[in-house]
Amino acid sequence: MSGHGRKVGETILKVEKLRVEVRTDRGNGPTLVHDVSLELKRGEVIGLIGESGAGKSTIGLCTLGYTRGGCRMTGGQLFFEGRDIRQMSATERRALRGPGVSYIAQSAAASFNPAMTLMQQVCEIPVKHGILSVAEAEATAKRLFRELELPNPDTFGDRYPHQVSGGQLQRAMAAMAMAAKPDILVFDEPTTALDVTTQVEVLASFRKLIREHGTAAIYITHDLAVVAQIADHIMVLRHGKMVELGTCDQILQAPREEYTRRLVAERVAGHAFREDLDTGEAPLLQVSNVVASYHSLLRVIDNVSVEVRRGDTVAVVGESGSGKSTLARVIIGLLPRQSGDIRFQGQSLPPALKDRSKDQLRRVQMIYQMADVALNPNQTLHEIIGRPVQFYFGRSREDVRKRVLELLRLMDLPETFINRKPGELSGGQKQRIGIARALAAEPDLIICDEVTSALDQLVGEEILRLLKKLQEELGLAYLFITHDLGTVKRIANKVAVMLKGKLVAGGETSKVFAPPYHPYTKLLLSSVPEMRSDWLDEVLASRVQTLAAVRAAQVSLPG
Amino acid sequence: MLRLIAQRLGLGLITLWAASILIFVGTEILPGDLASAILQNSATPESLAEMRSELGLDRPAIVRYGEWLGNAARGDLGHSLASKRDVVEELSPRLKNTVFLAAYAAIIAVPLAVALGLMAAIWQGGVYDRLVNFVTLLTISVPEYLVGYILIKYLSVQMGWFPSLANVTPETPTLDRIYLTFLPVMTLVLVVVAHMMRMTRASVLNIMASPYIEMAFLKGLPKWRVVVRHAFPNALAPIINVIALNLAYLIVGVVVVEAVFVYPGLGQLMVDAVSKHDVPVVQACGLVFAAAFILLNMIADILAILSNPRLRHPR
Amino acid sequence: MRLLGHRLTIPALIGLIIIALNVIAALGAPLIAPFDQADVVGDAWGDPDPQHILGLDNLGRDLFSRLIYGARMSIGLSFVITCLSFFIGVVTGFTAAVMRGWVDLGLSRLVDLLLSMPTLIFAFIILSVLGTDLPVLIITIAILDSVKVFRLARALAMNIAAMEYVEVARVRGEGLWWVITKEILPNAMAPLIAEFGLRFSFAFLFIAALSFLGLGVQPPDADWGSMVRDYRDMINLDSLAPLYPAGAIAILTIGVNFVVDWMLSIHSRSHGEGA
Repeated sequence: MSGHGRKVGETILKVEKLRVEVRTDRGNGPTLVHDVSLELKRGEVIGLIGESGAGKSTIGLCTLGYTRGGCRMTGGQLFFEGRDIRQMSATERRALRGPGVSYIAQSAAASFNPAMTLMQQVCEIPVKHGILSVAEAEATAKRLFRELELPNPDTFGDRYPHQVSGGQLQRAMAAMAMAAKPDILVFDEPTTALDVTTQVEVLASFRKLIREHGTAAIYITHDLAVVAQIADHIMVLRHGKMVELGTCDQILQAPREEYTRRLVAERVAGHAFREDLDTGEAPLLQVSNVVASYHSLLRVIDNVSVEVRRGDTVAVVGESGSGKSTLARVIIGLLPRQSGDIRFQGQSLPPALKDRSKDQLRRVQMIYQMADVALNPNQTLHEIIGRPVQFYFGRSREDVRKRVLELLRLMDLPETFINRKPGELSGGQKQRIGIARALAAEPDLIICDEVTSALDQLVGEEILRLLKKLQEELGLAYLFITHDLGTVKRIANKVAVMLKGKLVAGGETSKVFAPPYHPYTKLLLSSVPEMRSDWLDEVLASRVQTLAAVRAAQVSLPG
Repeated sequence: MLRLIAQRLGLGLITLWAASILIFVGTEILPGDLASAILQNSATPESLAEMRSELGLDRPAIVRYGEWLGNAARGDLGHSLASKRDVVEELSPRLKNTVFLAAYAAIIAVPLAVALGLMAAIWQGGVYDRLVNFVTLLTISVPEYLVGYILIKYLSVQMGWFPSLANVTPETPTLDRIYLTFLPVMTLVLVVVAHMMRMTRASVLNIMASPYIEMAFLKGLPKWRVVVRHAFPNALAPIINVIALNLAYLIVGVVVVEAVFVYPGLGQLMVDAVSKHDVPVVQACGLVFAAAFILLNMIADILAILSNPRLRHPR
Repeated sequence: MRLLGHRLTIPALIGLIIIALNVIAALGAPLIAPFDQADVVGDAWGDPDPQHILGLDNLGRDLFSRLIYGARMSIGLSFVITCLSFFIGVVTGFTAAVMRGWVDLGLSRLVDLLLSMPTLIFAFIILSVLGTDLPVLIITIAILDSVKVFRLARALAMNIAAMEYVEVARVRGEGLWWVITKEILPNAMAPLIAEFGLRFSFAFLFIAALSFLGLGVQPPDADWGSMVRDYRDMINLDSLAPLYPAGAIAILTIGVNFVVDWMLSIHSRSHGEGA
């Protein structure tokens, strides 16, 4: 808006005691943001961090004078260049959005209009706000595409959103936001939907963009390590209230509040490897040279072998499309394998679910990523947890009830929950019910498919601790499907790294995750954000060699 | 994309062929005996046998189907059992009348319904939207004959503005036709508009809930531009679908409306033929209605393919 | 006022009252109607008087009484048709969704075939051969209508069967019966009930339209559609006679649609909040 005379250090945005509440025609809902204040200077980046429901996105959108359906700003002021956004007329707010404050959404794939080319959408802000002519805007867009290291910057804009990859789309969205040289950029979880290796690159180009243009930014994320790479200040939020505000280094190294300390600590704590236990007995689960595919054309699982012993936690890691979840489906029998063998306690399991015996089914149980859809919303916890007990063991009604109560206690849930339905539980509690249902079958092996990735960080940690405790008490084995290498390092004694359906590395975690690495393992490991502000610089310094090594290794892969 | 369109055209032809089988099976193979249905109480064993051989019912069904389809493809739909006239001759003036009525109604209803639906979507939750939602809920529940008779009672019998019967002959000039058929057209329009605008509203609202629409607002674009430039192109395919669906509905509505206004159209002809068990006429009318229905659905699908950016600009 | 744990809107309440009145009229016709439907009580087209509040019809029968008896036929017939079409549609739709493979393929193609023609035209073709006896009407319309129920039931069951809790049940080794009755049906109930209302009003209007065209209920039986047909010429004499049965048809349909609209809105709302 101001366009000229930008002075670094001058306050551009001042939020004072902002309050946002849910207001619908059916009455008032909860307060989403409680009296939050912050100040943003030109050239500065502030990170907003918190779990879901912390109100961070709501605050971000308020700086554009926008609230989502049903929400309303009910108190406080937001001064943009000295003018209160809340007092602005609809026309003034519209003039603010784009040239003044610009927004970069989490899912670029959903936020780009499928019916318009990228160039049309990128040029819309400067042209429709009368800042640049169409020709000037296109020149600016091409320059931004080049700065953001997008392929073929001169023709990139002619494409439609569905024609480019997720990482590229996310960068195109940054170009769209920058096209009118806004005073403030609002990044709303812009890398959350991306794979870790893509995240590094997108993050790096965002940082470069902000630094070179000296644009002030609000960076919203749930990942402290990500925000540490880009922000000068960090505000920690919880339940719509500010917990702590400080410089990046202060928050990471000397957090003042207990909640912040927990957020920082959970990440640092777990880096010790679980020592390997080799008891010498036959493996519980032995997957050998398994091949599987959905439509017989492309092998989704290509010659994969994995071994799980009693008491083991074996992690299968990989990015999206690596086939790690498909492997779980093949083991469980939902997708019959085409060749290879799967042995359980030395006995070969039939490929298809319908050919397996009740006992074979019982011994391998599964826990899902989305506890929401894994529990029947119309059944009580009594029915959900009790059914496997009745189905596999044919216990009497009274015994089933006793066992359900016992399992609820084991999950640290009150016994009064027995008559509740899943809709009345929180995300973490639902996941505990998923675990209880698996345990009700008294299995030997539990397959955990991304069980913590839909949960908030601290809730996820609790679930991991619970799983660990159960393993120690019951001697269970886990096969852990995950993309989160941080978790793997902490809980798994063995690991299998998958890439495009193939196994690239496998064995004891301490060996796979230590030099000499397989190049892809190294790439993955180096891409996991670490909680220090110089991590990104280090990664980028060695990135070129790592990527070259991966490419070289991929060519030499068999098949 | 051309391949997709070709596939859709092929599918349309196959569907039409399937419909012809269905019509044939429905009229000639079902357990009811056509001959006794025609002769009813006057049937004697001799007259039944005579009637059967006259209708060709004593030959195998598959042979009769082949003959019928072959003749139909050459434009020969046989002779009416009741009037003994050539079916095509009897059909074509009626078909023209019905097409005139349906097209007339569509020309008024489609733009009206799409415009009203868009307005309801833009002012979603407002007074206009609620009012329209309530009124259309009433209108979709009302049968065509009630609307027709109310219009006749007030606009024709009491006010005397329009004739209550839509008496048109092949010689009637076009302007007179437009006047004579005004009431039946209004009846059709009232019923179809309600359906069409509810569906238009729903499909636009569906699009308006997308993240890219929120993004467009966050780019500071005025509402009209968001609706016209961002929402409308994406809503086009569902709206086209809605229009086609309702035009197909119009085909059926025509039958009842023609009966109300005693309009010499295809629907009336078919109803008469059904009550007289005049099988060749029923078959021919069925085939025409089915063809129109299939054609509309096919056009809708092809337009939807054409308006899909993912198909227009493949990776 | 609340029903099934949800607040009733005013239109929904009106709809329920309309439905209740109609059901009472249909069930208690001999008790409520002042005259029998076939009794000739005066001259043809006699004017309304306190005894005959809507006047007399073309044969001198009491119009009001006939309207009440007509409710029996119209509502009863539509209800029987809807139940039958629902039974066929839900059973085949769920089976197709759960069995997949050739069962699904075969049923879906058959349904596509039946949908290749407008329902009314299809009904004409069948009625032209089989005549218009009540059982023929019921079975024909029920089968044609069950096609639409099949599509909804199959789509619903497909969506639910894709849920992980159904996968859990299958992986546990549960049989088809358990999966359908315990996992799928309870979660498909709300949209199915709303669909029942929609299908009922469809069948109701359909039967009335057929009767109006002279191809539905045949004399001496009477339903509202055929009453419109019998009285239609009176419109030119500025009489309201044909508007009474036509209005009755419209009012009941409006009532059902109000209730269905309310059900659909609570269904979509509870889904929006759930996730």
